[in-house]
Amino acid sequence: MATVEMSFTPLPVHVRTARLVATAVARRSGVEEALLDEVRLAVGEACSRAVEAHQALCPTEPVRIELTGANGRFEVVVTDAAASAEDESGDVAALPGWPPAGNSTANGASAPPGTAALPQHGLGLAVIAGLADDVHFTRTPDGLSIRMSWPSGGAS
Amino acid sequence: MDLKLDHHTRDGIEVVDVEGEIDVYTAPRLRELLIELVNNGHYQLVVNMERVEFLDSTGLGVLVGGLKRVRAHDGSLDLVCTQERILKIFRITGLTKVFGIHDTVDEAITARKSEK
Repeated sequence: MATVEMSFTPLPVHVRTARLVATAVARRSGVEEALLDEVRLAVGEACSRAVEAHQALCPTEPVRIELTGANGRFEVVVTDAAASAEDESGDVAALPGWPPAGNSTANGASAPPGTAALPQHGLGLAVIAGLADDVHFTRTPDGLSIRMSWPSGGAS
Repeated sequence: MDLKLDHHTRDGIEVVDVEGEIDVYTAPRLRELLIELVNNGHYQLVVNMERVEFLDSTGLGVLVGGLKRVRAHDGSLDLVCTQERILKIFRITGLTKVFGIHDTVDEAITARKSEK
């Protein structure tokens, strides 16, 4: 059972709330202060992706987040319910919400030099991969789960 | 904390002061301001991020979009940031090679002037 579970309406304004709760539970779970910024940012990225996916496909369905501190790890699972036909391709880049709004450069103008090498699935995934100690993407019948974890002091 | 935006002209360069959190909720406001400045003929921009408390990939996307717009007019968009937790995001995404990142607004303006 998760230490804290919550679900929220898929609106950008609630992503901040999710970040704050995740950071508070991480601190309570014994995650080092130096890692809390990474937790906050990675959770925000995962929730932002989920919100955008829900807004595109299922705006009335809530985004779910589970926070668990146990056995020396602090684990966060962000689950969306935005399954689509594109998901079946198995390509994360095809998922709704990638790239996050504002990251696309495919609007006719050329990208600034250097940005062409950025992952095609957007900056968000790059940020999550760069910040989380361990990341797993799992497809469910309903959508996608992003599981991230960091070392913790083991408290709950 | 919400996002606070202000801007002023200094030595012919438009300095945008950003304070608070730039995320999926607030980033559209920064995008609108950058678009407005470019539409009003300001193609030399310095975005002062010294008082930014949080920046996510949506915010990065807005900054890249701003850079794209000013470069379409042979302009520039430089950043001022010394906060390690913000700089880390630029490093992870490789954007330190894309933006000029300076320690102070004075330094950013001086560097830009010297390139003219």
